[in-house]
Amino acid sequence: MPFLPSEPDNESMRACIGVNDLFSDIPPSVRLSCPPLTPPPRGDVEVERAVLGTVGANRPVVSFRGGGVYRHHVPAVVSSIVSRGEFATSYTPYQPEVSQGMLQSLYEYQCLMAELVGLPVVNASMYDWSTALAEAMLLCVRVTHRDAFAVPDTMSPQRRAVLGTYAAAAGVDIIDITHHPETGQMDLEHLAAVLGRPCAGVYIESPSYLGFFEEHVPDMAALAHDTGALLCVGTDPLSCGLARAPGSLGADVVVGEASHLGNPVTYGGPLLGLFAVRDDMALIRMMPGRLIGKTVDADGATGYVMSLQTREQHIRRERATSNICTNEALCAVACAAYLSYLGPRGLAGLAEALMANARYAMRRLSSLPGWEAPAYRSFHFREFVASSPVSPAAIDAALAPHGLAGGIPVGTHAALYCITDLHRRDDIDMLCTVLEGL
Amino acid sequence: MYRQAAYDDDLYRRSRPGAAGYVPPARFEDAPPLPSALSREVPPDLPELSEQDVMRHFLRLSHMNYGVDTGMYPLGSCTMKYNPKLHEVLANVPLLTMHHPEDPPFFVQGTLALMWHLSELLKDLSGTQALSLQPAAGAQAEYLGVRIIMASHAEAGGGRDEMIVPDTAHGTNPASSAMGGCRVVELPSRDDGRVDVDALAAIVSTRTAGLMLTNPNTLGIFERDIHEIAGIVHDAGGLLYYDGANLNALVGRARPGDMGFDVVHFNFHKTFATPHGGGGPGAGAIGVTKALEPYLPVPRLVRDGDTFSWSYDAPRSIGQVRAYYGNVGVMVRAYAYLYANHGRMHEISGQAVLNAMYLLHLLKSHFEVPYYDDAPLRMHEFVISCAALKKETGCGAADVARRLLDYGIHAPTVHFPLVVKEALMIEPTETESKGELDAFASALIEIKKECYEDPKTVRSAPHVASRRQLDILAAAKRPVLSRMHERG
Repeated sequence: MPFLPSEPDNESMRACIGVNDLFSDIPPSVRLSCPPLTPPPRGDVEVERAVLGTVGANRPVVSFRGGGVYRHHVPAVVSSIVSRGEFATSYTPYQPEVSQGMLQSLYEYQCLMAELVGLPVVNASMYDWSTALAEAMLLCVRVTHRDAFAVPDTMSPQRRAVLGTYAAAAGVDIIDITHHPETGQMDLEHLAAVLGRPCAGVYIESPSYLGFFEEHVPDMAALAHDTGALLCVGTDPLSCGLARAPGSLGADVVVGEASHLGNPVTYGGPLLGLFAVRDDMALIRMMPGRLIGKTVDADGATGYVMSLQTREQHIRRERATSNICTNEALCAVACAAYLSYLGPRGLAGLAEALMANARYAMRRLSSLPGWEAPAYRSFHFREFVASSPVSPAAIDAALAPHGLAGGIPVGTHAALYCITDLHRRDDIDMLCTVLEGL
Repeated sequence: MYRQAAYDDDLYRRSRPGAAGYVPPARFEDAPPLPSALSREVPPDLPELSEQDVMRHFLRLSHMNYGVDTGMYPLGSCTMKYNPKLHEVLANVPLLTMHHPEDPPFFVQGTLALMWHLSELLKDLSGTQALSLQPAAGAQAEYLGVRIIMASHAEAGGGRDEMIVPDTAHGTNPASSAMGGCRVVELPSRDDGRVDVDALAAIVSTRTAGLMLTNPNTLGIFERDIHEIAGIVHDAGGLLYYDGANLNALVGRARPGDMGFDVVHFNFHKTFATPHGGGGPGAGAIGVTKALEPYLPVPRLVRDGDTFSWSYDAPRSIGQVRAYYGNVGVMVRAYAYLYANHGRMHEISGQAVLNAMYLLHLLKSHFEVPYYDDAPLRMHEFVISCAALKKETGCGAADVARRLLDYGIHAPTVHFPLVVKEALMIEPTETESKGELDAFASALIEIKKECYEDPKTVRSAPHVASRRQLDILAAAKRPVLSRMHERG
């Protein structure tokens, strides 16, 4: 962008203003000398060459890593929609009458996601799953005035770390709930014991970080609710094309990651944090983030606005429910376009294919000497822990020359493998061939 | 003449049972269905559409949306400058978009090198010694900054829990402070719109954790007592936080680090021309002094010769504020912008300020400019008041803003900062031409005339947007937040 459009008129504009030094309010002691242009402005060709040159040190990879962030195919229709300048170069829709496109798209995101997770109130996005979870914890604390929050000890270390950061500032204790060693399922007896101390909320993940469905969610909901705690469920919304919606199993709050529904993974950012609550004004008024509401205009035509803004920082300041301002709106639009494109049968078909193909991968890996997949005896979605006779580091070292990356290390001899719609059967076969020779 | 498209296009009304554009991937073997206790009772109520249906629906919605690509977007403190299209191409190359954040560093040396170079440029521009790219947005950077400040105080014995925030500050400052465990102390401004230095001296104490300051402030006025302000806060044992929302006014000309700020955040979409996406994604790096480096979040990007990797070994770190490393896709755009322009950032900020001052010059005889007598200079943005206009015609800032939409121009920020009644906060940015600035000023002056001659037209504006005035009160009273919510 070497050209500043008003530059040719600078002299006449300066003459109008009649001020010599527009920066004279800045103390001389901190004013830089503004040296001549070093380096000189660079044109498109140079910029493109430099960025692609730097990025050229990246190597293509077929990776079996997931754990809450997934590399999925992005349909061209979705990229085409979100590359529209009207969407991409707009700000937060503070003037609703000229921003109906963004507002309706975000409302549709809320509608589609509500149908998936089974809770009617979805906000217009959080930064990612981990911060959605941290905000869910803070919501539970605000609603219950309690200072403990129970989580599964099988949860993602990334999400656990972020939750810990936010909990420390809020003075909230995070309590781990253990799991059954063979099935990985949350230990209900331990949960009941943990709830001997009044907790603000109980958090579970299904599918869990380790890939299997929790099979006793209604029991966990009952245990939580009996002690006055809220149940927060973390999920991959893609699994809800097939699996029971957390909202129908007793969840008060649902959080999760939705970036893989229509967005490239781009080394983990931007992501798309999902946040949903029950239809309960006590929860809605305390929840973080933007909400888009349906209304009418002066002619009675249907239109959309940012609603219930009195929860937000620009109105409520230090008493706001969250400090979030900029969110992941465009990723949510991509998600709405993606879900519209897939439809209920496409989504179920995709979820079934992932399950079937993960099963194929488990069967192939289990056939290798000393390997066992899945390591936990439960129903898995599209991820699973594989235990191996060698360490994950040794596996990755062997795979790298072949352009492959194995699962996320979860133990000295175990890793979490993930299947997405970008894995071919050949990729899984190739993985097994290399591992067989280890 | 501006006319925005108006459709009544409903995703679900387009739905036809059996319609589909998408074909699911092949299955490598058959899998038994989920047991019924786990299996969904009924499929989710999603629409059934062809690819063309999806494209038409969202294309029509895009026509009902206004972006910088459409026209001038002088939303104060939001720095809605043009977003170069090359950056979109670069951010979407497969070698950048394909990697999972857990992939071994072996595969992502290019991405890591880009992040490293970007960090070096940002440290140089801000005058800070260490930097993290982790925050997903400016507000998250604020939260992180507050946590870093609190962590350093905790190590020094604690007892400091008051964050001082000027009354002109963005709402995120007090909200981030509260979320980070601080009590917010409001600092009043003086008659010249600047921080009241005497009041600051009276407020600071052994409880002071720090001061969050936007400089220039949200009135567009530079806090020229910055050395004195920094001295008062530091002498009291507090730390200085620089809110980077208005950095576009200074970049390349002065560095927050040189002014005594200990923590500095950047808003990539504001200063480095990354698109705001109708609300996000953004990115918000944070730079700190050497003394605060130990508290930066993990993981840390580490360089060994030409090889980059991540380290979680930082025992005094405040931890992580989000998963992984930050909004990499946004960083790529910011890096491209800086690679093209970092040698002339002072020209860019100079143009941003010249454009704003020129616009102020065109408007100052027509509108009330608060604090003008005591502080005539503005930087990248300025605030006018419609208080007198409202009194005389009944048309206030919100009415004038909505009427601007009929002229094909996006409205400025309305009713902010809170210290100005009926405020319109105007930030043209450096990427508008003199012609656009002239047209904007003419439109505002014409609207002022309309307020006296035809106030009804102004108050009922907009008239050529895709919807007429929307009923926000009804939306708050009986919220309808989704189809499922509407069904009850």
